[in-house]
Amino acid sequence: MKNKKQAVTIKGTKDGLTFTIDETSSMEHILQELKSKLSSKVIDQDQPVIKVNIDAGNRYLTSEMKEQMQEIVRSKPNLVINEIYSNVITKEEAKDWYKDLEISAITKIVRAGQQLHVHGDLLLIGDVNPGGTVSATGNVYILGKLNGIAHAGIEGDPKAIIAAAYMNPTQLRISGFLSRSPDFETEGLYMECAYVNQDTDKILIDRLQSLSTIRPDLGSIERRMING
Amino acid sequence: MGEAIVITSGKGGVGKTTTTANVGTSLALLGKKVCLLDTDIGLRNLDVVMGLENRIVYDVVDVVQERCRVKQALVRDKRFDCLHLLPASQTSDKSAVTPEGIQRIVAELKQDYDYILIDCPAGIEQGYKNAIAGADKAVVVTTPEKSSVRDADRIIGLLEKEEGIGSPHLIINRIRTHMVKSGDMLDISDIVEILAVDLLGIVADDDEVIKSSHHGEPVAFQPDTKASISYRNIARRILGESVPLMSLEDDKGIMAKVKKFFGVKS
Repeated sequence: MKNKKQAVTIKGTKDGLTFTIDETSSMEHILQELKSKLSSKVIDQDQPVIKVNIDAGNRYLTSEMKEQMQEIVRSKPNLVINEIYSNVITKEEAKDWYKDLEISAITKIVRAGQQLHVHGDLLLIGDVNPGGTVSATGNVYILGKLNGIAHAGIEGDPKAIIAAAYMNPTQLRISGFLSRSPDFETEGLYMECAYVNQDTDKILIDRLQSLSTIRPDLGSIERRMING
Repeated sequence: MGEAIVITSGKGGVGKTTTTANVGTSLALLGKKVCLLDTDIGLRNLDVVMGLENRIVYDVVDVVQERCRVKQALVRDKRFDCLHLLPASQTSDKSAVTPEGIQRIVAELKQDYDYILIDCPAGIEQGYKNAIAGADKAVVVTTPEKSSVRDADRIIGLLEKEEGIGSPHLIINRIRTHMVKSGDMLDISDIVEILAVDLLGIVADDDEVIKSSHHGEPVAFQPDTKASISYRNIARRILGESVPLMSLEDDKGIMAKVKKFFGVKS
């Protein structure tokens, strides 16, 4: 048994530790080895927190497996799991990913009391009337008037944006952030976009043209895959 | 085979019943056979506006529950032979009739009449569902107030989902020109822009409307009030004529006319 290939290889990188897990070993074996390796390694208690990345290679990890590994790593006080990475995902997850990548183009007037929700980005060709709500897990683009509520990154993507040809919303929501219109009557603005400013943690509205500097990677697949 | 038009609004008090009475009267004036159907069961007042309350024997609930035939329940208008009313019940409530029941009645009425105007109760519950059940077309009434435009928007959204009813048409009621001018009321173009449906007509806020409904005589009979001309124009548009929107502005003396002549906006 001793000659056998190691099930867990630990490597130090500049980002912390990387645990590479052998694809062919049994899960039981892996957990055992992980336990023994972590207990044998004498980690100084005064050391700062070390980030741990787990690379499962071509093994599919169920959420149960992930949890077991997390538990073992967490039992060490100064190890924190940063990311569990696997090359493999299920068909279901792939479909969800694909949905998140899509831009759904919808022609419709979202009227008072109506709700429109899509996975991925929403491209609405039409208006959102007062009392209407549109939401998307990704960005919200409105080729029309936004007079109601728009919610971008609804499952928690603070980098999502809302862009509208005419911006006069009752409320803007991005991920968990919310901003509302002022209590006095306002004229809307043409060609505007809303985003969360990381420094102030507030939703800001800016000219559509400035979007290229605020979110240069908006359309890239990589950004959206990370969020997926 | 006639056409059934439901007149609805979502919000109460915007003038559904007045509109039904006057558009119905105007269509009758143009020689069409018209039946008015009141579906506001429990709170009927189309009969009062038409001045026909004292002639009611049976009502729509009696017809649905087969206590009488449709023809027995119809009340003939005192001014026209071609204008009839099927009144709502005052004693039951909205659950006394079903959408299927109304649908059956409307289908029967369509055999004999050119137009059936269905007066819808306020709200979007049972009464509304009953009213739209038999309709081929819908007319949404709104006033230039934000709350009523919001409800009209909601109703249009619901109507668009209904099969068998095309895109609804819009009547903007109770327009006060001086308030629109001073910016204290929505103007017509704002409303049409938000609701994005075809405009069937505009009606000015006119004391004559209140006066005439008080006397049980629809304003559409009067030859030359603003409201009566508006209602008659709406009826002509329903018949397919293209009638331009009338100006609601008052002509204030010779200067206004001169200004108008030279195209100066006052």
